[in-house]
Amino acid sequence: MSEIVKKLMYLNRKAPYGTIYAWESLEVVLIGAAFDQEVSLVFLDDGVFQLVKGQDTSGIGMKNFSPTYRTLGDYEVKNIYVDRDSLEARGLTQDDLVQIAWEDFETEEEIENIVQIIDAERVRELMDESDAVFSF
Amino acid sequence: MPILHTVNKSPFERDSLESCLKYAQGGAAVLFFEDGVYAALAGTSAEPKVKAALDNLKVYVLGPDLKARGFSEARMIDGISVVDYAGFVDLAAEYDKVQAWL
Repeated sequence: MSEIVKKLMYLNRKAPYGTIYAWESLEVVLIGAAFDQEVSLVFLDDGVFQLVKGQDTSGIGMKNFSPTYRTLGDYEVKNIYVDRDSLEARGLTQDDLVQIAWEDFETEEEIENIVQIIDAERVRELMDESDAVFSF
Repeated sequence: MPILHTVNKSPFERDSLESCLKYAQGGAAVLFFEDGVYAALAGTSAEPKVKAALDNLKVYVLGPDLKARGFSEARMIDGISVVDYAGFVDLAAEYDKVQAWL
């Protein structure tokens, strides 16, 4: 396998359940996690709704895939960013979002929550730094 | 009875809600479902439009779709009523016709 590590960004801009984008993105992220690449997930626009905690799909006959986000740290996906402006326009704060923990298995260093709220300027930088952006 | 309008798209992504509210006649009803339920949340950039609409329209939201997306009724704009699937059917039967803003 190639030793070149690329910086990949997954850009999530759709709300969950109404369309299939959110679930498809999550599946691609999990499959991609098998390859040693430097991955970042950015939640922008309606994509921020994907991380809202307390989702309960028992009434709509669809799979609730939101608990899977909390396992991303275990897949070594540790760069998770949420756009501040998108949250604010939707009346949301970090308290409304799931927490995703991450642990370095070698050093046992632990981070309680790797979900970072960032400004538009940081989103621009991250996009520039990425070798490829996958849009969902 | 007048028209029951339905909106199933996010107000932040499409103009379905805006057009619906613009063309709905006073006395009509609007039901938010699927991604349309985000329009029922308090504190969003869409809230002023929905609040203004409540002056002359009845506004409903499909509860199971709100719950699926992680929001309780406590997060809704005051004056919006929650219905379940049976309530959706009742509204559709009660009003003369249903207009879907896709």
